[in-house]
Amino acid sequence: MKQIEYLAPASLGEVYAALQNGKTSAFLAGGTDIIVQLREGRKQVDQLIDVKHIPDLMRYGWTGDGGLEIGASVPFAEIYEDAEIARRLPCVIDCAMLVGGIQIQSRACFGGNIGNSGPAADTVPALIALGATLTLGSRDGTRDLPLEEFFTGPGQNVLAPGEVIVKVNIPPQPANSGAFFHRFIPRNEMDIAVVNVGARLDLDAARERIEGARVSVGAVAPTPLFVAAAGEALAGQAPTAEAFAQAADIAADAATPITDMRGSIAQRVHLTRVLTIRALQQALERAREAQES
Amino acid sequence: MRRTYVQTTLNGEVIDFLCEPRQSLLEVLRDELGLTGTKEGCNNGNCGACSVLIDDRVVNSCCVLGVEAEGSEITTIEGVAEGERLHPLQQAFLEEAALQCGVCTPGFIVAAKALLDSEPRPDEARVRHWLAGNLCRCTGYDKIVRAVLKASEMEEVSV
Repeated sequence: MKQIEYLAPASLGEVYAALQNGKTSAFLAGGTDIIVQLREGRKQVDQLIDVKHIPDLMRYGWTGDGGLEIGASVPFAEIYEDAEIARRLPCVIDCAMLVGGIQIQSRACFGGNIGNSGPAADTVPALIALGATLTLGSRDGTRDLPLEEFFTGPGQNVLAPGEVIVKVNIPPQPANSGAFFHRFIPRNEMDIAVVNVGARLDLDAARERIEGARVSVGAVAPTPLFVAAAGEALAGQAPTAEAFAQAADIAADAATPITDMRGSIAQRVHLTRVLTIRALQQALERAREAQES
Repeated sequence: MRRTYVQTTLNGEVIDFLCEPRQSLLEVLRDELGLTGTKEGCNNGNCGACSVLIDDRVVNSCCVLGVEAEGSEITTIEGVAEGERLHPLQQAFLEEAALQCGVCTPGFIVAAKALLDSEPRPDEARVRHWLAGNLCRCTGYDKIVRAVLKASEMEEVSV
């Protein structure tokens, strides 16, 4: 690795100051992407800003209205070991516990997975399905934006110079709602998604109709996709296999994958359809369980 | 480049060292501190050969900078035995012949220790899932999994 400076600011104010010091920067949270990228020469910066000593980025908790805020640098292991998150937002656990292996999950975090902006990032379709927003901070204040509006291309996003990801905000979920994240990889663990899908279904009080749905697919386009049309097609329908298949066709149509070592275009389009159906089925089960508990 | 002063607890002893910010914890352990039990495999976070514990969580030391160790507690393979007395995992790896070339072994033992420290009686599926981030190209894993399960049944671990 080339020479690099290391800063460990203790507050967001110090981060903003470091971002204005004229040097090129990268953030260091779990280090599981950035350290490898720097070592392999895929990225070069003057300074690494360690964002694990900033209390705002290292805490998570429930908001008064039942939403969940997760500081950008909180390691996945801390999240998936939390029994209340597992009970109330199992879709968050679905994605957090399959990024890398245990060694990665001890350090890697939502802010890093999102900031790295890989098209196959596993936490992203799950969080988009849950309607998550990001809070970005800079010297001028903070701004919130829907997660699906953050990505602009592989490794590219709208984070401006001087900005840092502060937290992920998962809004309170509708009463009769369930969400599920599904990933296909050739092994059981430890691989990058060939396709991944997050889906949420909101049922009406009578449990007979779908009021709304959110579908997001990853690894099939330059950025993770929010397929709004799939959710719109489900709204007002009964949660049947036919309705799910129709939504899955819409998701598959939205996919514009490439062929690479992990899968072909045809396989990825096929998987988009299959995983969307399965994610919707699992989301439906969770929506029904949520009603019963 | 100016070297940074770092103080940390390593295998139960407070120590300090100087390192460049670009040096990984793995490089610091092996090249600065002479602790060569921790192995370099892929050096990119895939193989787990460099596994160490930081504040009781298992991490790949190739994906941690030495400067990040400031104020933390680190356990390496050298800190697993108690003096001459092998840790049950080490004993079980020998008894089950759970190694061939041995390069992955320190990482497996450190990672498995993290599991048994938090879950003394994991089942086979749990062991296999936990160790997915540790690659072995010799054994085919069965003997390693058997050794971890055997260690979990030894008395010393069930505290």
